Amino acid sequence: MKTVIAAVAATLIAGSAMAAGHCAAGKTLTEGKLTIATGNPAYYPWVLNDAPEAGEGFEAAVAYALAEEMGFAAEDVTWTRTSFDQAIQPGPKDFDLNMQQFSITAERDKVVDFSAPYYTAPQAVLTTQDIFVAGGTSATMAFLKEVQWGVVASTTALPVVMEQIQPTKSPLVYDDNANVIAAMQAGQIDAALFDLPTALFTSAVLMDNGAILGQFDPAAAENPDQFGALMPEGSALKACVDEALDALKADGSLAAIEAEWLQEATGVPLIK
Amino acid sequence: MTRRAAYEARQRRRANLIAGGSTVAVLLLVIVLVPLAPGWEAVRASFFDGEIFLRTFPDLARAFLLDVAIFAWSVPMIFAMGLAIALARGTNNPALFPLRIFGAVYVDLFRGIPVVLLVYLVGFGIPGLGLPRPWNSPYIWGTVALVLTYSAYVAEVLRSGIESIHASQRNAAICLGLSERDTMRYVILPQAIRRVVPANMNMLVALQKDVALLSFIGPVEILRQAGIFKSLLANFTPYVVAAVIFLCVTVPATRYADYLMNKDRNARS
Repeated sequence: MKTVIAAVAATLIAGSAMAAGHCAAGKTLTEGKLTIATGNPAYYPWVLNDAPEAGEGFEAAVAYALAEEMGFAAEDVTWTRTSFDQAIQPGPKDFDLNMQQFSITAERDKVVDFSAPYYTAPQAVLTTQDIFVAGGTSATMAFLKEVQWGVVASTTALPVVMEQIQPTKSPLVYDDNANVIAAMQAGQIDAALFDLPTALFTSAVLMDNGAILGQFDPAAAENPDQFGALMPEGSALKACVDEALDALKADGSLAAIEAEWLQEATGVPLIK
Repeated sequence: MTRRAAYEARQRRRANLIAGGSTVAVLLLVIVLVPLAPGWEAVRASFFDGEIFLRTFPDLARAFLLDVAIFAWSVPMIFAMGLAIALARGTNNPALFPLRIFGAVYVDLFRGIPVVLLVYLVGFGIPGLGLPRPWNSPYIWGTVALVLTYSAYVAEVLRSGIESIHASQRNAAICLGLSERDTMRYVILPQAIRRVVPANMNMLVALQKDVALLSFIGPVEILRQAGIFKSLLANFTPYVVAAVIFLCVTVPATRYADYLMNKDRNARS
């Protein structure tokens, strides 16, 4: 009788451990579930149709690949939404992972934890057809210094503009992508700096007269913009996520996901 | 000193001691109890980081100058527009009835729309119609949005002031042979405006804070600058710095409004 109970107990423990994954067991908010946060709304091409549950879009796909690598079935992944501020506020968080193009910086790393980077984003200059024609196809730094810049406040675009381009007019700053586009269409700004995939989507879909002036070579940047999954400071899950990301990098699945969802991100001229 | 005066002085001293004691006790409780909360270390690190406070203060103070500038050029326009609307609403001439309607619609519309919405609508919408530079500047149209909203409030304040002036004043002026225009200018308005100074000071304090809403359409004023620091440093201390800078201006302004209100009350009683 004792052996039977022991055997049953052993199976139960093994079973629950299997369900919760190899190293993530007991480290998530809800046992056996992985709670992932994304932006509200989540933008293309990171998440398609603002529906991360479908697993379509680069970050949604990476999220499901990560979850699978960590031993969570697709139905064990729950999604939630946070703003940037909610992600960095002190106190308990309501997510295990937060993926919304968070650039990894040393200052942010003091307050929260970041996974290893899952994407290195080239910065691209979004502008309108009119400016594009005025500046010519070969965008020079001299031309970029003269234009009126607009950037999103919560991104690392502002330091890039201020340090790399050093424009003559001080940039205007907005809350989100939609406001930058509104300002560009109102003729208040000439150019905006986004990560390349966002710039491509914005120019092609959200604007009538959008154009990409060029991209900055991420390899040449001093601090390339690298996206990492954000976790609460001191998260027990970090080692596990990093391990899973390494596995995805090693077997080429991360590159395959990037090729699938961010394939257009090639062929944009470099700004020198 | 009479026995009564001595007793009163004693009572006063006792009241002051009790007031001082209870204030110190409450402060001590806050200072001692709040840090005992389990999350205090995290809250302190993200809202009250001394190093970040000192580092961001100069830039935020500089950005605050833009708030002051927007405030300074908005106020005259707000009062001019507010006065015009108040007069339009108060007119009795039947031929000018459309003006009355316009005044009423203006107040209903711009007092009813949230300021943020108006800032977006006017700040992005009107330049979007195809205005050339520099006429599409967010500074111009953001100011217009503030003026529209606040002049609607000020118009109502002024109108209440005008209506509070007793009818006998108007009748007396007419008896003296003043024209309707002169009655308004020399008899009614000077009294009405003086009577609503405290209410208007209130509007100014509110405006001082709403100026920050212009950051939604691009200008980098103090709140936006604090937001930029917040996202770069992943720390909310810059917002606390901004709050401190705001308080440095709004607290004296509020005290001054109180002083005016007291002076007015004493003058009338």
